[in-house]
Amino acid sequence: MSDSEVLLEIKGLTKAYPGVTANSDVSFDIRVGEVHALLGENGAGKSTLVKMIYGLVKPDSGTMTLNGAPYAPAEPRAARASGVAMVFQHFSLFDALTVAENIALGMENPPKPRDLARQIREVSETYGLPLDPERTVGGLSAGERQRVEIIRCLLQDPRLLIMDEPTSVLTPQEVEILFETLRKLSAEGTAILYISHKLEEIRALCDHATILRLGKKVATCTPSETTARELAEMMVGASFDAVERAEKAFGDVRLKVAGLSAKSPNEFGTSLKDISFEVRAGEVLGIGGVAGNGQDELLAALSGEITTAADMVSFDGTPVGALPPEPRRTAGILSAPEERLGHAAAPDMSLTENAILTAAAREGLMNKGFLNWPKSTAFAEKVIDAFDVRTPGPGTAARALSGGNLQKFVIGREVMQNPEVFIVNQPTWGVDAAAAAAIRQAILNLAARGAAVVVISQDLDELMEVADRFAALNEGRMSDIRPVQGLTVDEIGLMMGGAHDMEVAHVDA
Amino acid sequence: MIHLVKRPQPSRFWTAVTPILAVLLTMVVGGFMFAALGKPPLEAIRTIFWDPLFHEQFAAYSRPQLLIKAGPLILIAIGLSIGFRAGIWNIGAEGQYIMGAIAGAGVGLAFYPMESFIIFPLMVIAGALGGWAWGMIPAVLKTKFGTNEILVSLMLVYVAESVLASVSSGLLKNPDGMGFPGSRNLQQYDSAANLEIIPNTGMHWGVVAAFVAVIFAYVLLTRHIRGFHIQLAGQAPRAARFAGVRPARIILFCLGLSGALAGMAGLFEVAGPSGQITIDFNSGYGFTAIIVAFLGRLHPVGILLAGLLMALTYIGGELAQLMLGLPGASIQLFQGMLLFFLLATDVFTNYRIRFGQGEAA
Repeated sequence: MSDSEVLLEIKGLTKAYPGVTANSDVSFDIRVGEVHALLGENGAGKSTLVKMIYGLVKPDSGTMTLNGAPYAPAEPRAARASGVAMVFQHFSLFDALTVAENIALGMENPPKPRDLARQIREVSETYGLPLDPERTVGGLSAGERQRVEIIRCLLQDPRLLIMDEPTSVLTPQEVEILFETLRKLSAEGTAILYISHKLEEIRALCDHATILRLGKKVATCTPSETTARELAEMMVGASFDAVERAEKAFGDVRLKVAGLSAKSPNEFGTSLKDISFEVRAGEVLGIGGVAGNGQDELLAALSGEITTAADMVSFDGTPVGALPPEPRRTAGILSAPEERLGHAAAPDMSLTENAILTAAAREGLMNKGFLNWPKSTAFAEKVIDAFDVRTPGPGTAARALSGGNLQKFVIGREVMQNPEVFIVNQPTWGVDAAAAAAIRQAILNLAARGAAVVVISQDLDELMEVADRFAALNEGRMSDIRPVQGLTVDEIGLMMGGAHDMEVAHVDA
Repeated sequence: MIHLVKRPQPSRFWTAVTPILAVLLTMVVGGFMFAALGKPPLEAIRTIFWDPLFHEQFAAYSRPQLLIKAGPLILIAIGLSIGFRAGIWNIGAEGQYIMGAIAGAGVGLAFYPMESFIIFPLMVIAGALGGWAWGMIPAVLKTKFGTNEILVSLMLVYVAESVLASVSSGLLKNPDGMGFPGSRNLQQYDSAANLEIIPNTGMHWGVVAAFVAVIFAYVLLTRHIRGFHIQLAGQAPRAARFAGVRPARIILFCLGLSGALAGMAGLFEVAGPSGQITIDFNSGYGFTAIIVAFLGRLHPVGILLAGLLMALTYIGGELAQLMLGLPGASIQLFQGMLLFFLLATDVFTNYRIRFGQGEAA
């Protein structure tokens, strides 16, 4: 199918937001009836690119050609009229309405209810997507909800169907059904632009893959002829060089994780499977891996949000795995989760209140449960000063801060409490370069003071810079732990893909 | 075109002003409603808001009523507001109020005709426990089985009403009552009566308890870590878990507390203004308190003022029925409008209105 005619030609698309270039000169072709993967890490510019194709965002420069005619949709409706449909990662369905009513709501000219129900049945049978138009959406599983969205698109006979990370909410069985449907669609001539960062899926499904990194196209390749390792390398980039570091002497083991297994509290989360590692005083352990492979769960298990058997997590030789967050904090185990608003900080509360959130006991901001507001404000101000948080003052609501500034506050709040063990997920996400450097320096200073630090990050450059040893998470399992010094990009790609993934790659190739 | 633009943080000015704006809007729209009913609107509004306090003839009777009505409303609303802050929606205060009254009155009647200073305090404790126990049913079901506390607490109101009907014509029926349903009148049993502390003010122990509850809630919410955790759990549940708050504890605490306060309110009512357990001694305070809680912005001092205002519309409404022949339902509609306008004007707290063209997408 690779030699068929070009459906959508993308040429030099560029889109810049204040402070960040989301897409820079991206060009590639989507052919009629192919499944084309768009591959890249978080923040690589995948979403912005498809939003331009779907008419949600206007490109700054560059052109698109659809079936030989210029294509510049001003809004999604124009895109749909030209035969471009999109299934979003997050569904927009009304729970209280039936499948048919929901589908009718999303159409420009919905047919009569009876005709629509018949059409829905036809399409759902043709493409092997079992779905009863009379059912109420509230009772459907995530996979069935996705089918509603897909059928809504298919009823408009699209020539190009965009799917944004469709498998992130599906069970393995549902993924199989979806893939069958997509293959059938492609065989009938509908092109599919498939966005994902899951390498196996792309190798199993896609005819071509375009890889984005930092807003630029890295390559367009044929996934079935490329190993998962090569794909991962292209996605991650080979552009970093390990920092030269002096031989450091580490102290005793401070954080010990032994056979840690835990079910994710989130239905679509990744459960942790038999993770073991040790972090010594003065050491920074970097944990990489593609997002959604257990990073959030690992942080939760270390912070105490998920409790486990006591001896799965030990601190200075004392088992703490069964303790909730507060006693762990008092002992000196502090953490900063990835999601700033809503998890690390309460959006509508002031910075002072957000300082109390984690620092109440350890910084003595309360006495027998009674809060000391002047002291709390003083501590919040200390964090604001030390980490250069740009805000009118500690009375400002957390949600009023920019992402980067709130990140500085959240990291600063923990660092200023002098942790003995510090676990942080995505420490510099969305932070400008100077602030990122300051945060990394603060992490290194903590280690130099004798703390054990675990840095979880998607940014491999960052991990190479701050970490002494490196490991990767893959589907809730942890790879071998290797010293960062002398680690090659090849090896990192292998660790991130997971060894079992590589086996499959060789068989297929 | 009118656009709503989200404010970076809630406006303090509008938080304070919206209740006043809501009252004014209610007066205006309510006035139209009264006019449509063929009654003089200005006079109706004056009768509701002004006459209960300052009418030469009626004020002597209705002024004490203000505290009598406001006391239970405030007491219940304080308990509810703490739960609402945590995102726990106890809609069944009416049931907890009834069960508290039954438990407390039951203890008092069990001692009859003994006289002792200890009886009334025991009744208060029993009342609180009765309401607490009724509140713990939705709490335990929610923590153990994840049931919805809104539905469970609401449905338990109807169970409580059936229990009330049963005891007032059975277990607690006055043996000397010539067969009429209803308990002995506690007003006539000195050790159990909740009498006025200062004559002709309406000030009874329930009002004192309401004021204590206001102070307690204020200290809890603004000075104590538990109050902080309650608000955190309501605003950002994930952040609360990260901070180490255990959701089950918050649920048990909030439903237990609001149940206990509602139960106490029921006891003070049945031992005082109402006097006896009858099939319909409860007058919907448990539901009206929900309005009071929101009208007071879930803030203790706000609830104090809102409780007084709501009591005023109750008394004024009765007066308007009496003097102008307004239908009782129109008074309820009037109170409903108050909540409606409050919620509607609430938009200004978090959003600002911008007129004219929105920016081109």
